[in-house]
This record gives sequence, structure tokens and C-alpha cells, in this order.
Amino acid sequence: MTREERVTALKQAVPERILVLDGAMGTMIQRYKLDEAAFRGERFKDWKQDLKGNNDLLVLTQPQIIREIHDSFLEAGADILETNTFNSTSISQADYGLEDYARELNREAARIAREAADAWSEKTPDKPRFVAGAIGPTNRTASLSPDVNNPGFRNISFDELVEACSEQTRGLIEGGADTILIETVFDTLNAKAAGFAVEQVFDEMGVELPIMISGTITDLSGRNLSGQTPEAFWYSMRHLKPFSIGMNCAFGAEQLRPAVSDLAEEADTYVTAYPNAGLPNELGEYDETPEEFAPKLEAWAREGLVNMVGGCCGTTPEHIRLLAEAVAKYPPRTIPERKHKMRLSGLEPFVHD
Amino acid sequence: MTNAGATFINIGERTNVTGSAKFRKLIEADDYTTAVEVARSQVENGAQIIDVNMDEGLLDSEYAMETFLKLIAAEPDISRVPVMIDSSKWTVIEAGLKCVQGKGIVNSISMKEGEKAFLEQAKKVLRYGAAVVVMAFDEEGQADTAARKFEICERAYKLLTEEIGFPPEDIIFDPNIFAVATGIEEHNNYAVDFIEATRKIKENLPYAHVSGGVSNLSFSFRGNNLMREAMHSVFLYHAIQAGMDMGIVNAGQLAIYEDIKPELRERVEDVILNRRDDSTDRLLEAAERYKGQGGKRKEEDLSWREAPVEERLTHALVNGIATYIVEDTEEARARAKRPLHVIEGPLMDGMNVVGDLFGSGKMFLPQVVKSARVMKKSVAYLMPYMEQEKKHLGLVDAPAAGKILLATVKGDVHDIGKNIVGVVLQCNNYEVIDLGVMVPAQKILETAREKQVDIIGLSGLITPSLDEMCHVAAELEREGMDLPLLIGGATTSQVHTAVKIDPNYNNGQAIYVVDASRAVGVVSNLLSDTEREGTIARVRQDYARVAEGYARGQKAKRRTAIGDARKNKVNIEWSGYTPPVPGFTGTRTFKEIDLAEIRRYIDWTPFFSTWEMKGQYPRILDDDKYGEAARSLFEDAQSLLDQIVEEKWLTANAIMGFWPANSIGADDIELYTDEDRTQQLAMLHSLRQQIARDGARANTALADFIAPKETGLADYIGGFAVTTGLGEEPHLRRFEEAHDDYSKIMLKALADRLAEAFAEMLHETVRKELWGYAGNEDLTPEELIGEKYQGIRPAPGYPAQPDHTEKRTLFDLMDAEKETGIKLTESFAMWPGSSVSGLYFSHPESHYFGVGKIERDQVEDYAKRKGWDVEKCEKWLAPILNYDPKKISSQAA
Repeated sequence: MTREERVTALKQAVPERILVLDGAMGTMIQRYKLDEAAFRGERFKDWKQDLKGNNDLLVLTQPQIIREIHDSFLEAGADILETNTFNSTSISQADYGLEDYARELNREAARIAREAADAWSEKTPDKPRFVAGAIGPTNRTASLSPDVNNPGFRNISFDELVEACSEQTRGLIEGGADTILIETVFDTLNAKAAGFAVEQVFDEMGVELPIMISGTITDLSGRNLSGQTPEAFWYSMRHLKPFSIGMNCAFGAEQLRPAVSDLAEEADTYVTAYPNAGLPNELGEYDETPEEFAPKLEAWAREGLVNMVGGCCGTTPEHIRLLAEAVAKYPPRTIPERKHKMRLSGLEPFVHD
Repeated sequence: MTNAGATFINIGERTNVTGSAKFRKLIEADDYTTAVEVARSQVENGAQIIDVNMDEGLLDSEYAMETFLKLIAAEPDISRVPVMIDSSKWTVIEAGLKCVQGKGIVNSISMKEGEKAFLEQAKKVLRYGAAVVVMAFDEEGQADTAARKFEICERAYKLLTEEIGFPPEDIIFDPNIFAVATGIEEHNNYAVDFIEATRKIKENLPYAHVSGGVSNLSFSFRGNNLMREAMHSVFLYHAIQAGMDMGIVNAGQLAIYEDIKPELRERVEDVILNRRDDSTDRLLEAAERYKGQGGKRKEEDLSWREAPVEERLTHALVNGIATYIVEDTEEARARAKRPLHVIEGPLMDGMNVVGDLFGSGKMFLPQVVKSARVMKKSVAYLMPYMEQEKKHLGLVDAPAAGKILLATVKGDVHDIGKNIVGVVLQCNNYEVIDLGVMVPAQKILETAREKQVDIIGLSGLITPSLDEMCHVAAELEREGMDLPLLIGGATTSQVHTAVKIDPNYNNGQAIYVVDASRAVGVVSNLLSDTEREGTIARVRQDYARVAEGYARGQKAKRRTAIGDARKNKVNIEWSGYTPPVPGFTGTRTFKEIDLAEIRRYIDWTPFFSTWEMKGQYPRILDDDKYGEAARSLFEDAQSLLDQIVEEKWLTANAIMGFWPANSIGADDIELYTDEDRTQQLAMLHSLRQQIARDGARANTALADFIAPKETGLADYIGGFAVTTGLGEEPHLRRFEEAHDDYSKIMLKALADRLAEAFAEMLHETVRKELWGYAGNEDLTPEELIGEKYQGIRPAPGYPAQPDHTEKRTLFDLMDAEKETGIKLTESFAMWPGSSVSGLYFSHPESHYFGVGKIERDQVEDYAKRKGWDVEKCEKWLAPILNYDPKKISSQAA
């Protein structure tokens, strides 16, 4: 299939059934217990800095592992793969001195996911598989100061984010992504910069892919780190006319539910949700079992809150298998009709008739 | 029909530098902390959207917009509401859009520069995620008729929705509200045009909104609030029904439609709806009658003359009427047992009323000063009787509430603020000993001791005065005195008082007083046995906190090394540029210039702020709070100004010159004796910004605006000094003798305004004729005030070159002291105070900026260039040092 055909197929599939996103890449990589040498591979064996923990680099140094993980999620029933690019901006890669490799990392990650998805699409032609090119939040915040004594200070600017995300987007498109997924948004201004970059790159490359956006909640007040309510977050992102809006990560499904439900009610686009497997335990591991995880999201499906579901930190192919089976019996959420009103936001929403 | 009013959004404009003088001043003074509080109170008071505007000639508007938006982003109780990013400059809008995580509104874009630019900007707005205000403005100009307003809006709507998919519900049209009832026939239909256009927009352009700035409508009725309120409310009544659903309206200035008298309402409606040919005349006639009623009221007011004498005295004081004060005082005296009883009785009663009204914000400074004039006249009349009685009975003076010594410090000549404080204190029964201007520390100490004063108050305007105040504090300490030391004046601040002055004075306490209205409270607390301790303890605590915050802030501020800052200088492309050649080189003197001509250039806004009335002229004349007081003050100012001009009280002299010049080294400007450019005539030094930049903006110094020597270009620089203060002395004395502080302060304030106006006028002549690079410039006085012209005239001692000593070089170059009569004090203040001097730069990219804080590396380099030692340099540049020289030298030692 060509890219256009795949995008069309995706747009046809979403109204028909609840699609399933894959689970946690990081959790799966941990199972391989890779050491420093494995992360470095042949190509970076003499690199000046430690590379262990740079999961995104594995698309260059251990591509077969990434492919294997993708395959395991597809086998479990995932419709959409996320590329292994959560940290593949030049901003995040600078921690490892690898900022110059950002474009290649994204291109290769998308290519590996593409190959896996295409192989499975061929195996199950009635269930085509898709690749979402993931743009992570970076480890910086454009609307918050890291220095409590200097509230006007920022450690990253809008323009720097645009530049880094543009490069990432180019790589993802070159590697064959079907959609761009701006995910784990904790600072909305970062996401706005990412969206700005994505649209600019679309213009520049003459492609237009569906944009998926997924925020996260960072405390029990139900707001993101930069202080917005889910509704205000939606109004801040709505200008991108996203294919989907949703929530991921956070403190597991229970805590994410109010935010997902707010979006489900308000957003006149598809809704996604892919929470963590519960709260991390004292060892930092997520121990919600597939049997505990799947029914929670099944309830959301039953109530008509979601169009696409999946898992974030701690979710394995087994989680995804049970999840896919659980949601298959429910129709997807129908998009509500929203009146034409001017919908503005600060930290809170403001609607003018 | 729409539910009128229910869905109308009123947008506040208190965080708008063009709408709020208070806010503008805070931003200009870099006081973002207080500026953020303005936003907070606006949201607390119910603003649904806050409008942020930083369009002011002197400001780095992009920087101000960014800084302010980032700061309010850190305040959840402010940033919970959407922001309206308001600027006529696209670059400022874009800088703002990059700082807001929410979805706000851009105000505004238009098709003024054609469809292409319009769509490009709109596309960006959409991509940044904001709604947009579109002005009914196209390549031909601003739309006036309903047809053209609609036609432009329709075209914009189609372009926006069809070409770039802009959501129609995010489009807000501003179809231009213009003034009606101006007497010009073409204007009669403007309100109808707006309302009709609104109706058509709402009917034909689905989901779009309509907004506008309402106060323009009643512009021709400035000064008549009753009429304006009626016009606004009638207009909104109809416009909202037609579909207007947003706007900038002064909510306090809105009558309730039903409450307007039917007769007036009908006439207003005739005008708004343009229902009769004679509607303007009929409204004017009605307005006249309202004014007439006011006049009648004044006549009726004379009924106060029939009240008992005590009440008449109170009335005269509260209303500032001096006409009958002598006869009333005499009447009261004749009836009182002792003359002192008149003062302690009716006069003090009256002044207490004034004090209460002032304290609760119901009276304003000019009114209080007028009251004081009445009081002083009355007391002056009683004085001889009291002396006589004293002799007769062998009495001693009744003690005043307290004695306060006031002085403008050595080297400084500015005293309007200090005089106002003096008057206000006297009104409150304090004895004020005013030592005048340029008072050395020793004289202050001597007098304080000799007269046994209770409090010392210091004032100053120029930056070297800050240092002098530290010196006075240190002298008080050295001589073991412990009197409270009040600090006030334009360049003083709480931070400076807490961090620089107070540490010199451990025996006593230095206290910053922000304006005259606060002085009484501070003084009465300090003189009260029960309040003193608590007050001082509170101030100490506050200052410790301020000092701590300051120290923390210092650490956080990143500065660039001077070498790196120089690399990031203003990047002017000199190749291909030909500097304009002035009509002559050398100097030209202008003597006794016609004040009537100068008067046209007056910027009145600062005049009102001198009187502690904050607001933009002419809007302040209609301000809810200040309007009435402002109008009366303005009237008085105009009539005194008439007299000043007619009777030539003041002499306006000026000198200006041009010299061949090139920038050399990094930050200096070399002036040459002639076009050979071999013989150095003088060297001007400039200071460079060391603020850490992210690359988008330069680290600017004035030298950047002059072609570097190595370019081989023949560039020029100009200089000037003007004064309008000569000749004021005898008049000031006369007012003093007449106990008329009101007129004395008024004269000084007017002389200051004339000096600024003269500088503005001379600069215009320079641009258009003498240097002649802007021959086609055609700007109104308002645009001049907005500094919409090419080239700048920065003054030594002010933000672009904070070193006052450069004035010496400039004055020597022109022999300005001899030619104009302006003298420089040891702190390089100009005497008379009503004088302005500066340099002229012609390059189109030259702009005003603030050097800001600088580091020791630049100070060392600057000292070398000036031929000073570092210590001397640190003394002159003390206010802008980004470090504490004491700490560095003690570390070294």
C-alpha cells in the first residue's frame, strides 16, 4: 500500500472498531537486560559517553530487538505501532552527545516499525497495521521556569523546540510513519511548538498525515504539569485539527479516567487512551497484571469513551492481547457534534458563543 | 434578537501600555513584579480575557511582551484566563504567541498591506493556535461606510475560511468605531455604519464575532462624561442587538440605557442612528444645557456663602476656593476668642475633611494643593494677630504635630515632587523646613540639629543623587544621629533604599516613600508613640526581605562578558549605506524662541503624572476616577500657560550642532574637527548592554548606530541642549510670597513640559531641515510623542547612556553653558531644571534602549577609556552595576 492508501485505510478503520495501540517499548527492552556494549553496538563502540539507557539508539545498534518487540505487539493484536522515538529529538539526544543523529534515529525507527507493520498487514489483510511516529515531550518545559527564584526564565524556547521537532518529523516521515503522534504532553506549549513544527514540515515536504495528540496528567488535581485542565489542553491543541486527542502514562487507568472522560465529552475528534499498568511499586516497576489492566479499559470502551486504546509504561504484549480481546466487542465512541463557538483557554477553558 | 448583554465580553485594558499610564511606567521602569500584580488584580476583579499591549516607542516591545507573558505564565491565578496579544507590530505578536500555552486572541491583523501578507499572518496565527481580531482595513485604508466595512470583512472572511481553513468562530471583526457628532457631515452616519456592518456580518458571515473600541465614538464630547456615557450606552444597546459581542468598554463609564432621561436619550439616539439632519445640533444644544445646568449649579453653589462662617471656611478648603478666604477668616477671627481658635477650629476641621477625602482616594493631589493654598492664605492673614496676641499675653508657640526637614540633595535641582510632599505635610499640621535644592549633606545635618527636626526627607531625580543620598545616610550615621530618613523622587526605589541607603544608617532607619500621598501616613506613624516601633520593625523586616530577594535576583541574572556582547552588537549593514550629510557642521544657537510655537509640542501625559494622576492624555480627562480633577487641573494649566506665553515669563534658548564622526574601537564615537577626519575633536563614550541574549536580539550600544571608522563612510553625530527654565525665579518667588504653592508647582511643571516640547520641536527641525534626512516626514504632535520618526535623541544619564558625566563633553563641545545659560551641577544635573540635552543619531535602525545592568569587565574597560580609575567609574555608574563593588574589593583584600 502507498502512504495515501494506508492513511485512507486508517481513516476507514477507526469509525468501525476500537483500534488498539501497542504497549511499552521501554518495559520490553528492559527484559533483554542489555549492557553498555550492547547499547553501543559496533557503530558506537568508541563513543565518548555512556550510552546505556538510550533506548532510542537501539534502532541503530540493535535493530533486530526493536523489530522483535514490534512483532510481539502486532502478534498480540495491536493495530498501531509507536515508533521507538520518544527521546529522539536533538534536545533529548544531546544528553548522550548524539544530537547530530536525531534525523537518522527517527528515520530508522520509523523504517523498522514500517517493515514490521507491513509484514503483519500482509499476514492479516482484513486488519491492516499502522505506524504512529512518536514525538516525545523532551525533558524541558517551554512554559515553566526550572528556577523557582526566576519565574521568567526558560531552559528551552519555542523556536528551539520547533527546530528539534521539525527534524524529528522529517525523519519519521522519511522512514514511513502513517501518523505523527505528539505524546505524553506535560507542557502544552511544548506540544504547540511540536504541532507548529509538524505542520511546517508537512508544507515543506508536501505530505499531510493525521496528527495524534496525547497529553498526560502529572498530579491528582487532574491537570498537566503546566497547569491546564484537560479541556483547556484540548482547546489549546484544537487548531491542529488533530485526528485524535487523548491521554497516556500518568498514574494508571483509575487516575486517568476523569481526564479521558472530559475529553470524550468535549472533543469533536477521536479519543485515545493508553495508561500505565497501574502505579509503579517501590522498585519502580509497574505490576498491574494484564488481567487487572484490561477490564479497566474495557469499562471505558463499554461506556463509549474511547476510539483507540493501548498501554504505556509497564504494559506487555500480554496486556495488549487481553485488551484487544476485551474491547473488540464494543463499538467505538461516536464523535459528538460541537457547536461553532469560540473556545479559548488559559489554564482553564473559556467559551464564547 | 440576541439576548443583549448576556454574551457580551468586555475586555480590560489595564495591562496595556497605551491604555494605562500606570502600567506603562511600570514596564518602562522594568518593574515587572508590580506589573504582574496589575494583571492579577484585573483577573481577580473578573476580567475574562486580559489584553496585553507593549506598543510604546521607548520600549523593546518584543522583549517586554515576552517577559511579561512568561512571568504571568508562572502565576496560576492570572494565567487561568486567556490572553489577548495586542500589538500593531507583527513581530511583537509573534514573540507573544511563542509564550502562551493556552489559546488566546491576536489583536490585530488586517489587509492593510494586501491579501498576501494578511494570509501569511493569519496562517501563522492559526498555526500558533489563536483566535484573531481582523480590522476592517484594506489596501485603500480604514473602512468608513457600512458597505465598505462589510465588503472588507466579507473578503477577509472568505480568504480566511476558504483559503486557509481558519475556523470562522475564531474570527473577530473590528469594523472601526469612529467619532460621531463632530460637526462634520460625513461623520454623522458612522455609528449607523458600524451597526449596519455588524448586522450584515452577523447575518452573512456565520459564527464570526464583532468587536470594537467604544470610547472613540464620543470623542467630540471629551470632558462631558454624562453625554459620553449616554452615547456609549445607547450605541451599545443598538450594536449589541445587531450582534456586537465583544468590546473594549470602560465599564464604569456606562449609563444604564433605561436610566437615561427620555429627552436626552432621544437626542442621543437621533445622533447614533442619524435620524435627523439637525441631530448633532440638537445634541450639542442639549449638551450645552447640561453644561448650563452645571453653570447654574455653580451659581446655586454660591448659596454656601449664606452658611455660617465655620461652614464657609470648610467649604472653601474642601473646594479649594480662595476668593473669599480673607474676608471669611476675618469674620471668624472677629468672632473667635483667640485667632488660634480659628486655625484649631474651622480650618483644621476643613483640612481633616480634605485629608480624609484624599486618604480614601476621593480627592486628588491638585485639589489638595489648592486646598493648601486656601489654608495658607488664611493662616497668613491670622499670623500678625497671633504674634500680637503672643506679645500681649506672653504665650509660646503651640507645637506643630512634628517638624520635617526636606531637601533636594547636592547636585540635583529637581524639586517638584519635594514641594508637593511639603504642601501635603503642611496640610496635615506638620511644620516643614524646606532647604530647597542642591543642599549639601552638612547643611542638612546642621539644620536638623539646630531646628530639632523629627524627620528628614531627601529628594532627587537624577541617578547620581542616589549616591548622594547614601552619602547623607552615612553622614547621619557618622555623627551619631538617628532621625528617620525618608527617601523619595523619580529614580529612588524601595530596592535601592533597602539595599544601598539603609545599610549605611544603622542608628536610624531609611524609609522609601513612593509618592506624596503616602508621605502623611508614614510621617504620622513615625511620630506616633504607639506606632513608631511597629512601623520601623515592619520596614526593617520588609527591607531584609527585599535585600534578600535582590541578592537572589542578582545571582540569577545571567550577563554576557563584554567581549561576547560586542560580538553581538547591532548588525547594521554599512556597505551600500550613505549616511545623510547635515546642512552644516559646528553649532547653531537659538535664542528666545516663541513659546507659543513650542507649546504645540507638549506631551500632557507626564504633566498629569507629576500631579500623581496616572492616565494617558487625553483619555485621562474622561477617566472615571480622575476625570473631574484632571479637567480642572488642565484648565488651570492652560490659563497659566496662556499667561506664561503671552507675558513671556520664560526664555527658551537652545544650541545644537553636528560633527563628522565615526565609531571606533568597540563602543566609542570619535568626533572630528573637519571632513579630513584626521584631527580628533572629542570622544563620546557609550555603554553596552550585557544582558544575556539568545541570539535574536543584539547587545546594543549607542556607538553601534554610527558608521565604524574602518567602513570609510563619512558619518555624523549631532548634539543639543535646550532650556525653558530661564526667568522662572521671580515668578516662583511671587507665588511663594502669595502662599500659592499650587501656582508655584504648576509653573515648574509647565516649564518642564515646555523644555521637553522644545526638545521635540528642535528634533523635528533637525530631521526635516538642519540634518534634512526626513524632509517628507509629516507627523502630528501625537505621532511625535509616539516617536514614530527616524533617528533618536538619547540623553546622557538616561537609559541608553546612563553616564551623566558625558554631558560635560557634550556641553564643552557646544560651549552650551555660555550660549544658552544652562549650567551643569557637580552631579551633572542641568540648571534650570527645565532643560533637556542629548545626542542626535540619524541611522534608520537607531532606536531607544536601556543599557541595563553591566558587569565589572565593562566597568574596568570603560574606566580605561574615560581615563578614570575603577573606583571613580563605579561611583558614576553605581545605579547600573550588576555587582556590589564593596564585596569585590573586600574579597580582593
